[in-house]
Amino acid sequence: MDKPIEELTYEEAFAELEKIVTLLETGQRPLEEALALFERGQSLGKRCAELLEKAGLKVQQLSGENLESFEEE
Amino acid sequence: MQQLSFLDSHSSWTVTDLTRHLRELLESDEVLQDAWVQGEISNLSRPSSGHIYFSLKDSGATLRCVMWRNAAARLNMPLQDGMAVEVHGSLGIYEPQGQYQLYADIIRPTGEGELYQEFLRLKAQLEAEGLFDVERKRHIPELPKRIGIVTSPTGAALRDMLNTLRRRYPLAEVILAASPVQGSEAPPGLVAALQNLDRIIHPDVILLARGGGSIEDLWAFNDERVVRAVFASKAPVISGVGHETDFTLADFAADLRAPTPTAAAELATPVTVDDLRNYLEDAGSRLKAALSAELDQRHYQIDGITSRLRYFSPVRRIQTEMQRLDDLVRRGNAAQAHRLALSSANLRGLGQRLGALDPLGVLKRGYAVLSSKDGKIVSSKGQVASGEDLRARVQDGEFEVRVTGLED
Repeated sequence: MDKPIEELTYEEAFAELEKIVTLLETGQRPLEEALALFERGQSLGKRCAELLEKAGLKVQQLSGENLESFEEE
Repeated sequence: MQQLSFLDSHSSWTVTDLTRHLRELLESDEVLQDAWVQGEISNLSRPSSGHIYFSLKDSGATLRCVMWRNAAARLNMPLQDGMAVEVHGSLGIYEPQGQYQLYADIIRPTGEGELYQEFLRLKAQLEAEGLFDVERKRHIPELPKRIGIVTSPTGAALRDMLNTLRRRYPLAEVILAASPVQGSEAPPGLVAALQNLDRIIHPDVILLARGGGSIEDLWAFNDERVVRAVFASKAPVISGVGHETDFTLADFAADLRAPTPTAAAELATPVTVDDLRNYLEDAGSRLKAALSAELDQRHYQIDGITSRLRYFSPVRRIQTEMQRLDDLVRRGNAAQAHRLALSSANLRGLGQRLGALDPLGVLKRGYAVLSSKDGKIVSSKGQVASGEDLRARVQDGEFEVRVTGLED
């Protein structure tokens, strides 16, 4: 819950979203907390959708110890 | 005598009989009917009939060979003079020429048999060491962040894999560790690529792949060094070598074997971007539903509590008391009115009874009260004397009267 949402990877964001959904689905929690969880969940969902939209396979080549860009033919 | 016996017709063969006898001998010998013979091809001839004629020879001998058209059609390699091959077939005799020959049905390059024996030996050894144990196969992550690829940088296999990964799961980052995939440089190259990926990149999964080719082309993937490197890899390895029918030892050691490079890329991405969109949509609905449920739950609780609150509220008690009071007042009034009505009726009765007792009331009926001068009521003739003045009282006043006619 600490990392800013715009820095989360898809996997992190989605994992947290799932956790929040489960929390909300299973427990009675204080209203204020439930609302905060919901808002966080909505932001995470938005982040995931954005990441899916702009995803493009990144291909690099290992050259010695270094990574360099790989030009596909 | 010798001469005679030589001429004895019963002890000599016709050429045909002899040849047939020899042929039957050859054809009844199981070993000769299922033989592998190695040598070098010479005098190769492929007439338009489709049959193939050639000789197999080595430094000491020559063997005529025939491959009939049906078998020749199944040949998967071109033949040429000087080629070292192993030929399988059955031995027979071509009677018109008295020529024994091999009727060939399979031809393969020399060495393939040895390679296969070596393959089986190494497979048994590595299997005994546990390199192929199913229990040690690792789980392929569902959402790989980094996918390592070990293959040739120029092959169709790489292009196929990248296209598949791009289509299915573009969230991944792909790191190619290039290596030759055939020839003597391939095994050390493949080993180094696998090790470097593990050491420098720590990928979530590694694709070890090569497009289709002959069994020799794929042989690097049977190399013991490569197989051991696959086994030692920290990241799970998916192999996709050759075609569906090709099985290499690297396939057996891999955590997951794919029939082709494309299939390997598919197995590396069990969850696609379309799946993710669906999950995301689902998670969004569940999130909303969960919050609604939370709020509904609270409304329900609030309803319950306020109704209990209302029940026990002082307002309610006050209202109740007020109502009781109203009720009492109403009932009180009714009783009072009744009492008053009763009282006034009584009063009227009493008045009438009082009136009846009032002496003045009697006067109204025509009676008069007599009193002496000193005010005493006269109720007996003994109280008065003749000629005495008395006062008479009637209904509306008094006057004097005189006593006369008093009798004794």
